[in-house]
Amino acid sequence: MRYWFPYPLLSFALMVFWLLINQSLSIAQILLGAALGISHAWLMVNLRPSKTHTKKAWLVARLAGQVTVDVARSNLAVMRAILRSKRRPVRSGFIAIDITLRDENSIALLACILTATPGTAWIEFDSQTRVLLLHVLDIENGPTWADLIRTHYEAPLKELFE
Amino acid sequence: MTELFIIWSILGSQIILGLAMGCALFRMVKGPRAQDRILGLDALYINGMLLLLTFGIRTANTIYFESALIIALLGFVSSIAFSKFLMRGEVIE
Amino acid sequence: MSHLTDLPLWAAIPVCLLLLAGSIVTLIGSIGLLRLKSFYSRLHAPTLGASAGVIMICLASMLCFAVLQNRWIFHEVLIIVFIILTTPVTLMLLGQSALYRDRIEEKDGVPRKTTPDLPTPETETP
Repeated sequence: MRYWFPYPLLSFALMVFWLLINQSLSIAQILLGAALGISHAWLMVNLRPSKTHTKKAWLVARLAGQVTVDVARSNLAVMRAILRSKRRPVRSGFIAIDITLRDENSIALLACILTATPGTAWIEFDSQTRVLLLHVLDIENGPTWADLIRTHYEAPLKELFE
Repeated sequence: MTELFIIWSILGSQIILGLAMGCALFRMVKGPRAQDRILGLDALYINGMLLLLTFGIRTANTIYFESALIIALLGFVSSIAFSKFLMRGEVIE
Repeated sequence: MSHLTDLPLWAAIPVCLLLLAGSIVTLIGSIGLLRLKSFYSRLHAPTLGASAGVIMICLASMLCFAVLQNRWIFHEVLIIVFIILTTPVTLMLLGQSALYRDRIEEKDGVPRKTTPDLPTPETETP
């Protein structure tokens, strides 16, 4: 089973995308989408991505909720910072954080979360020293950014994938 | 009353998105360095894609959706290619 | 433009509000692209339009088409997913290449390689 369907979730997602693009739920389109999804999962085998598994689905939901709330809050904060930047210049700067995550996929997920949040941008990650360089738009509350990233994202990711 | 309201708000949001495209275009033309120009281009295509979506709402035509999807995909690829070029292009020089 | 008159009031109000809010958020992001002074702080600005703006305008489009054509297939979800997946990748690569270029030119205010101590946060003057 695992041999014939190497990445079932990827195949399913590709099929859903195919159906959404075609805007139909007919049998023919479902069969075509399933064929496309399974054949593209076969292509994915040649890339040999490192696999990451988790069994705690409710933690994923909690992390997603946390990210949504943080992104919304950060959106408002960045809007305020931009609008008042004429009167009060924004103090931005780099911060460096030690990352203890080992799994590559969870580091990639952390990068996407941090960059999708408007207030923070992922600049560089040194895989030898495991130091992450971030740029923060509003650095006024300086040391709390590191704590926030550790408690909000790093700890749940660690609990999820390791 | 309702139709007037919705037509004017669609027009207003189109004008606002046009202004946003203007800001991004200004950054792209003026940008002191190459990475500023790429950032401006990136913002420009996202704003243009949103403008196409509002045109789609206004005319109830799904062809605008298709073109917005294509812009989203090709814009991503072009920004990635540009920033890769910034990183690798100077190594050769 | 005749089809828009068929939109009932309960759907028209959220569509209008979402459209206006999304475009205003996008405009603020683009204004940030103009106003902020250093490249790294400008890197934050397009995320506004890419996250909140895209979600709001796509939601408006979804709602409008769903009510008008009675078609509950949300293919605007595709745009939301694509943009949210791809924008962080673009910005990450762009930030990395900008850092690389700044390090080659040895600009001030840019963290050096292999130095554990932090540079003091730069203050921007308008």
